[in-house]
Amino acid sequence: MIVAERKPIEEIMGFAKNCKKILMVGCNECVTVCYAGGRKEVAILASALKMAFKKDGKGLEVTEVTLERQCDHEYLEEIRNIVDEHDAIVSLACGVGVQFMAEKYLTTPVFPGVNTRFMGVTEESGVWSERCQGCGECILGQTAGICPISRCAKRLLNGPCGGSTNGKCEINKDLDCAWQLIIDRLKALDRLDDYEEIIPIKDWSTERAGGPRKVVREDLKQ
Amino acid sequence: MRLSYPDSIRIIRLPCTGKIDVIHIMEAFEKGADGVYVAGCLEGECHFIKGNLRARKRVEYTKKLLDDIGVGGERLEMYNIAASDGPRFAAVAREMHGKITALGPSPIKKSL
Repeated sequence: MIVAERKPIEEIMGFAKNCKKILMVGCNECVTVCYAGGRKEVAILASALKMAFKKDGKGLEVTEVTLERQCDHEYLEEIRNIVDEHDAIVSLACGVGVQFMAEKYLTTPVFPGVNTRFMGVTEESGVWSERCQGCGECILGQTAGICPISRCAKRLLNGPCGGSTNGKCEINKDLDCAWQLIIDRLKALDRLDDYEEIIPIKDWSTERAGGPRKVVREDLKQ
Repeated sequence: MRLSYPDSIRIIRLPCTGKIDVIHIMEAFEKGADGVYVAGCLEGECHFIKGNLRARKRVEYTKKLLDDIGVGGERLEMYNIAASDGPRFAAVAREMHGKITALGPSPIKKSL
């Protein structure tokens, strides 16, 4: 999922400072699962903003809506009839949803309510960590299902480096060395011979280095 | 026991403090409460194992949120009181009443 965190209230208050009525839009997907921008977080943020405004002697009306997704036309269309009634939209979706909203509703300013952090997993309740950087050319088959691109600080393709000590990374003693994890996993799978194979230089053009990316499926395209 | 406690306090009953959510506390303040306290069972004695510990974490989170919006996190507290401890219940009620009286009305009400 895409993991996000709520922006500081002060920053969101700054976005809304000249507004009298805002539309606060949550997303039922990833940001709901990571407790950043679902229905509940919309309600909490709306309540906080209304109180903050009231304290300063100003009124703020907040319309709360949570869409199934904000990265698809059909769901974003659900608010078309009410957008114009508002001075601004605060979207609690990831950066994808915020942008798609801004592309669709051109005359109403759209502000982000969360900081989008990474693509990751729920390690345990309240703890999320990164697993994928969307490099565009997955090498998990060679690395025993552990990604050195997202989990090694140096993104090494043939590790570990000299900074690996007792299975931990030199940048943070609590951070597992991805290459130690890969070696341990290959050993457990009795595939340690695979470790001897040098992974060739990676084509980074499929990663962000190649500019904004796009996937087109002609069989599905209308 | 026939103990009395301040009549400013309105009790909202929950099956367990583990049921409390940030939004419940926020709505109480939004509706004009000058202070809120959550009274849970003693730590280690929750019938649902961790309900009161979860409540404390949510209270801490909400205190920070109230600080951020200028309402003041000190208006919210978490207490642990045994269900059978009437005198402590009344003492906590008096303590919270005194604290909120000293703080004065919620800044939200003042501005209205």
